Order: sequence, then structure tokens, then C-alpha cells
Amino acid sequence: MLTGRAAGPKLLYQEVITAEPPPVLPGPQPGTTIGHRVTICATLRRLRGAGSSVSILGTRVLRTEDPRFLTTGGVYTEDVVDERLAGACHLFFVRSPIAHARITGIDVSAALEAPGVVAVFTGADVADLPSRKGPAMINQEMAQRPLATDTVRFVGEPVAVVVTAEPYQGEDAIELVSVDYDPLPAVVGFEAAMAGEVLLFEAAGTNVAAEFGKRGEQQADLFDGCDVVVTRTIANQRVAPAPMETRSAAAVWGEDGRLTAWIPNQGAQGTRASLARQLGVDAAQIRIITPDVGGAFGAKFGADPEHAVAAWAARELGRPVRWSETRFENLIAMTHGRAQEQTITIGGKRDGTVLAYRLDILQDAGAYPRIGAILPSLTILMAPGPYAIPRAEAFASTVVTNTTPIGAYRGAGRPEATAALERAIDLFAAEIEVDPAQVRRTNLLPPFTEPHQTAFGALYDSGDYVAALDTALTAAGYDELRREQAARRARGDTLQLGIGLASYVEITGDGDESGPPTENATVEVHPDGTATILTGTSPHGQGHETAWAMLASDELGIPLDKITLKWGDTDLIPQGGGTGGSRSLQQGGAAVQQASQELIEVGRGRAAAELEASPADLIFDVERSAFAVTGDPEASVPLASLAAAERLLVRSVFSAPGATYPFGTHVAVVEVDTETGKVFLRRVVTVDDAGVVLNPLLAEGQRHGGIAQGAAQAFLEEVVYDADGNPLTASFADYPFLSATEVPSFELADMATPTTYNPLGAKGIGEAGTIGATPAVQNAVIDAVAHLGVRHIDMPTSPQRVWAAVQAAAQEAGGPPDGQRPSRSENA
Amino acid sequence: MQVNLTVNGKPRSDDVEPRLLLVHYLREHLGLRAANVGCDTTSCGACTVLLDGKSVKSCTVLTAQAAGQEVTTAEGLGDGDSLSPVQAAFRQEHGLQCGFCTPGMVMAATGLLAENPHPTETQVREGLEGNFCRCTGYHNIVRAVLAAAAAGSVESAEAGQ
Repeated sequence: MLTGRAAGPKLLYQEVITAEPPPVLPGPQPGTTIGHRVTICATLRRLRGAGSSVSILGTRVLRTEDPRFLTTGGVYTEDVVDERLAGACHLFFVRSPIAHARITGIDVSAALEAPGVVAVFTGADVADLPSRKGPAMINQEMAQRPLATDTVRFVGEPVAVVVTAEPYQGEDAIELVSVDYDPLPAVVGFEAAMAGEVLLFEAAGTNVAAEFGKRGEQQADLFDGCDVVVTRTIANQRVAPAPMETRSAAAVWGEDGRLTAWIPNQGAQGTRASLARQLGVDAAQIRIITPDVGGAFGAKFGADPEHAVAAWAARELGRPVRWSETRFENLIAMTHGRAQEQTITIGGKRDGTVLAYRLDILQDAGAYPRIGAILPSLTILMAPGPYAIPRAEAFASTVVTNTTPIGAYRGAGRPEATAALERAIDLFAAEIEVDPAQVRRTNLLPPFTEPHQTAFGALYDSGDYVAALDTALTAAGYDELRREQAARRARGDTLQLGIGLASYVEITGDGDESGPPTENATVEVHPDGTATILTGTSPHGQGHETAWAMLASDELGIPLDKITLKWGDTDLIPQGGGTGGSRSLQQGGAAVQQASQELIEVGRGRAAAELEASPADLIFDVERSAFAVTGDPEASVPLASLAAAERLLVRSVFSAPGATYPFGTHVAVVEVDTETGKVFLRRVVTVDDAGVVLNPLLAEGQRHGGIAQGAAQAFLEEVVYDADGNPLTASFADYPFLSATEVPSFELADMATPTTYNPLGAKGIGEAGTIGATPAVQNAVIDAVAHLGVRHIDMPTSPQRVWAAVQAAAQEAGGPPDGQRPSRSENA
Repeated sequence: MQVNLTVNGKPRSDDVEPRLLLVHYLREHLGLRAANVGCDTTSCGACTVLLDGKSVKSCTVLTAQAAGQEVTTAEGLGDGDSLSPVQAAFRQEHGLQCGFCTPGMVMAATGLLAENPHPTETQVREGLEGNFCRCTGYHNIVRAVLAAAAAGSVESAEAGQ
């Protein structure tokens, strides 16, 4: 196995792009994958020194899980039919309609009289449950009750729960619960939070939940020697993860005193631990079963207060219960993502050399600090990105506000780092009037094959950032795009062209405070020639059933359709890290491969006894899934036969030496109507180097989805509150969820720089899209109107914002925007 | 109230609450749970089914309104164990990930191709605007629909020979 930090990554393989760049604008391009795919599987073979049979690794294997999703549909939590859930009651939550208020009374009497109502519970009823506290580094006074008792702190906070026999009865009955509120001033926005005139938690004495770094100890000389220093405060706005499947639960307590809970999640073991904490019971008392999960994007890790209340109600009532939230509830009560305000300062020389960078972050945690409250630590870790910046510093403060709590959302802290840095690079490039591609090329770290230690504590495993940039520029036809842009500017076209770049490096598959990243897998071969894999990862769209079967099949010679993957049942798989942070393949997949290889060795010993040969004289013939004696192919024994004699299974734990650091460059091309401010996203061309690709079909799917979500944040999506903390985007009619008409097909260029941190050579691919696409698209929009004097437009770059920016720049220049003006303006 | 309708080729007669939505009738009364509820504003299309061959959002149709009509869901689209051309194209092009939007997306695509057997990419995107997907970025969904259309063209050409 080629692991171990000391050995250092070796650049073993890199794909060369030979295809011609596609034609340039105008008009959307057909979705094409650029470049040819060559011997990735051969690379894998070389990496692990396997035999000569043709490997399916690296090939476009169609998903084995698809047929059921396409016909009967997945079995999501709401779809689960199970005899243990017979006669289940249905839960509906009464939620606060006010952002900040004292609860002065709750009258449930009318609701109790309503048809089908089994029970109504309030905060007083769940007084025995512990409060939910934030992560360890968070002010522990900022805790949430499972049902609000004396104070509500965001619109959507659960206040009471109605239990009914039938679902429609619950929807009726929650209207009959009367809650008296005494409104308090709402804390919305960073200014109000930092001012601290109104506190969310009196006992905490502050709205600051956590601080990262020492803002008071800024290096006064950080920008000494710079010809140019640019500073700007920008928004990385709050967005809604909005998985298509909302939150849900089904719960029942057995006669043995154990809870069985079906919950859509990203890691059943973490969900069990979270639920145990919230219920105040031992984790061993809980069995989590994970049905199909309809998307998660970081927001389905652990368990939410509603899940705890559902489990508690099932115990209290002695009956199974079910809960599925509405989309309205999902948009106000599932955690949101991002929500940073960033002050970026960048300085350097007029030749394009960046000398110094400062990132000052304010993180909104929402009303109750969750994982989002500590994500600035990841933003800071990745602050310098792929660049060799001699001097840099970063710090953050997290504050509470009367809004929905912030959690993880695809990328979780890293998109925020890249967005800040890539905006800073463009601001600097605009100031010195140097092409932003050239500024990036000037400052990117040179290729490295030995780990690179950053000043912020990251250890980049392997990278070739300039190659990623150049590959993306070539694939996009960058020079031609710039010529087209110049022509439109010269003509003063209404529809202007914008080209945006983002170079990034991100961190995937990191460990936690308990140590380096590990994952377990169990592989068992059965006497009938089938195999079962147990994994501690937890798919919710990624295609693990196919990918993990590919890995086992490649070792064991068992066909894909005879391999079953199981996950997410904590009684079956007590340990596991779940799926998030783009960790699954590099750790969970590696564990499957490792377990399969170890199973072959266990089998070899038994086969040797069976064949009365020395283990050293046996070869494993993958084609036949059998051991044979060297030189005597007739003397052989299949794996399945060995399994018939004695169970043949191996549980193995794969441990990686550390996190891996995928990287790439995105190029976005937009057209902006300078009269209306409307943005049209025309092309997104990306290089996302996540090491060796196991299944290009799945990897491309991850990239597509991430690109779309990333682009959506740049120009479309935003969770909006009014000054009183009322959510204005609480339905899909109001939240501008990205649709098919708003994005083009994407253009993917391939590049694969292997890591040595796992034998697959794979890094994580799940979050590349949201990390690269967001700043690329935002930069493109600003670039489209840069010649009019615009230097920055906050996300989302809505028509209003773009139009206003163009108007403001024109006013500053003392005339209407005519497209002909020189492209400089100091403060636009 | 008594409602008579046909679902996936089978006649049904049920006594339902007048306010019962078609999607809940399909899911809870008939156990056809491919169609999902993804929102409450008729925005997401996860519940899309065919009603007399046209795609509708079954969260915004009362069961009573479907009386006398033919409902087709994803369960009834293929022939036994085989996938319909649209379903097969979704698999071939990796047009699904978590699967939650998929049955609705497949029905919307089926309805779209029934109305326009040879759509352009833009027409596919416009035709699916009312069906949300959070996983795929729509890229492979659009490819799947175009592939199904191309396959359909080949089939009809062969049938015409």
C-alpha cells in the first residue's frame, strides 16, 4: 500500500488534453466532455501492481441502483413500510412565527379536541430532555431546547408538537394551538449582532459565539512594500441546501427498551450519537436505519431537535410515530449554509505579484450555533488557496442572530475561502490592469509532488495548479473569448460578455480531533457466489452501490450484479464516518478494496489446505474467482466453495495518513444585459483534479451537480430575511431554486494527479463544483460590466444588483453608461 | 366520495375524502410511492404523473378531479421488468443521483416527448423547468431526454420501414 506521509506523493499520471476547444459564444454550447480518457485503470493497476486481467476500474459502469429508482422509486423514510411501524401516529410541529419573543402562554385545549388528535406536547413536557449545545469551542450557554420553553429565537423554531392518527388531521390541528408571544427586538445582520444591544442569550453575555484568530493583533506591516492595496467587504450570502427530500423520521421503541429510528442521514453512526445526546440515553439503546436519502448536501449529518422530539414522543406514547416536514418547514427550519461577511485586503506589485492577503470573517451562526458556527476554521485553513502568498493572515468571529441555524452546505467553509480569495485576486488584477488569468499564473504555487505545508497549517498532498489553469483556459478558448469581449465593448453592445476565473485548492477527507481519517468495510463471499459489502459510508446519490461493488468485483472476480452493498444500519455497522467532506471513495472505497484484498489472503490459506499446496504456489484467478495451483490450472477451488466450508469474511479498517487536496480551475462565461441587469450563464468550463477517477460517469455527475449549485449561489439563490427576522424565501415559489433553464450544459476537462494517501490514488470530488463555480460565475458577471467601472457586485448577482452597480458606476463617472468609457474607476 | 379512475392500466374505485390529493391517493391508498412530494407550492414536480397522457403535478390535482381518467406513474411506465425508453435513457446517461426527483422527472420527460418527439436542448430545458433536481445540475437529465428522443426517432424510422 502506497500510504504514508513520509513517502510523499508522486506525480504518476496526468492526462493530456488534446481536443480542440469548442467554438466560442454566442449561444449555449452542447454539453461535451473535453479530452480523451486514457488508461486510468492501467494507472490503478500500476499503483497496486495487480495482475494482467482487464480491470473495470476507471470505466463508465452504469449504476446498478438505477432500475429501482426509475421504476418503483427509492424507498425514502416517508415510503418505509415496516410492521414495527404499524399504527404509527403522525407528528406536526407548531413553529414560532416570530423571530425573537418570550412565550407567555400556550393553550393546547382546542387542538386536543380536534379530530384524530392523540396528544399535544410543549416544551414543559420535554423538560427531562437535555438542551442541545453547540460544538465544544462554542459558548455553551447558547443552547437549544427541543421545544422552545420561555424564548423563541427564530421563525420556524419548534414550540409544540401535535400527534394525530392521520396526517391531514395534524395539518388541521396545529392551527388550533394558541401560543402567546411577547415580541422582543430581533437581531438580524452582523451589525446588530456585534453591537450586542440585544442579546439572544442573556446568560452568555454576548452574541459572539466563537472567535478564531486574534483580530486585535493584526500585523500592522502586513502590506508593507506593496505598490497597490485593495480592500473590500463582500457577502457570501446565506443559501438553503434544499435537498429534494425534506427531513423525516419514523421511530418506535421495542419491548427491549431500544429505539429503532429511520432517519434520512449522511452517516447513521453520527446520527445515533447525536440522537443519544439529545435524548440523554446511551447510544447502544438506539438503532438507526437509513432508508434511501433524497439528497443531503451537508445538511443531514447528525440529528435535529425534531428527530429527538419524534423519538421522545414515540417513547412517551408507547406507539410508533412518523414525521415528515413540509417544504415550507424545510426552508425555515433545516439548517442553512454559508452566511459569511468577508473583508478582504490584498496587496502586491504592479507586475502582478501578490505580496500579502488578509481575510477577516464574520460568520452568522443563526439562532443556535451548529456546525456552521465553526466552519470559519476551515475557511481560514484554506485562506491562501493555491497561491504562494508571502504574507497572509485570517481571523473570524461567529455571532448568533434571530435566524435559522447555519450548518454545513456542500463545501462547508471551503467555498467561502475560495470565493473570498478569487474575488480578491480579481480586485487586485483590475486595480493593476493585468489580465486576471495572468495574475493567477504569476502567483500559483509551482507543481509539487512532495507535500506542501502552508502557513495556515494545511499540508497539500500533491498539486499542479498552473496546469489546471492552463488546461481550463485552453478548453474554454480564453483568448478568443477575450477578443469577443473586446469587440462587444468596442461596439457598446447591450449584451456584454463576461469571463470569470476561479482557481482553487480544497481539502477533502480530513480526520477529526480523534486522529487521522479512517473508515471500515466488511466484505463477505457467500457459498452461492454472491458477496455482501458493509460500509461505514452512507450514499445519498453518489452511487456507492455501483462504485463499491466495482472495487470488490475487481479483486474478487464476482460480477457486479452479485454484490450487495449495505450501509446505515447501526446494529449491522456500528462504526462509520458517513459521507461528507468528499471522503467516501478515498477512505470508504479504499477500505472496501483493502478488505477484499485481505479476504483473498484469508482464502488463500484455506485454499492451500484444500488443495494440499503451499499458499505461495497458489494464484488467484480473478476471471474464475478461484484459486489455482501454479502450473496446474485444473487444481483449483472457487472462493464460493471456500465460503461453503466456513464463513469467508473480512472486516478491515483503512487509515489514511491525512486529508487530500483536490484542485482545479473553473471558467465561467456569462452575458449580461447592461440595460436590465439580467445575467445569462452561457458556459462553465472546469478542470477538477481529484486524482484517479474510479468511475468517470459518477465523478462527472458529482461535478455537474456541484457546478450548478455553485453557480446558483453566484447569480440566483439567497435566503432573505426582513429587518424583523421574517423569512421572505420560505417556499419554492419564493426561494429561487435553480431550474433547468438557468444553466447551460457544462464542459468538463479531465486532469488526474494521483495522491499516494490511498491505494486508489483518489481525492474527493463531491464539493469541487460549489468551490470553483461560485467565484467563477460571480467574477464573470463583474467582468462583463467591468469596463463600465464596476469592480464588485455582491452575490447573488440579481438583475437589481447588476443594474444598480452599472448605474452607480455611471453616476460616479458623471454620465450614463455607454460602454465606451475607459475601464478605470477607483471606488465603483 | 366515490371515485372511479384507471391507474397504470388497472381500473380503481375508491371512497376518498373530497380534499384528498391525487399524490396522496397514489401513495397512501394504492401504495404507489414512486411519485414524491417535494414542495407545497407546485414548484418542484417530484410528484409529476401522466393524466390521460399529459404530465401533471399530482400534488395539485384532487383525486376527484382525476375521475374517469387514466393515471400513469413511473411504476406503470415500463413493461414489466424492462425500462421504458425514457427510463433507460436516464440510466444510460446517469440522469439521476439521489433519485427523489427522478420518477417525476421521468414522467415530465415522457410527457414532453409525447408532445414534442424531437426537442432541441433549449426546448428540453424549458419543458422541464417545472421539475427541480438538486443533484445533477440538469446536465445529464437533458442529455437523457435528448438521447431518448434520438432513440425514439430511430424506432419510429424502423417501424415505418
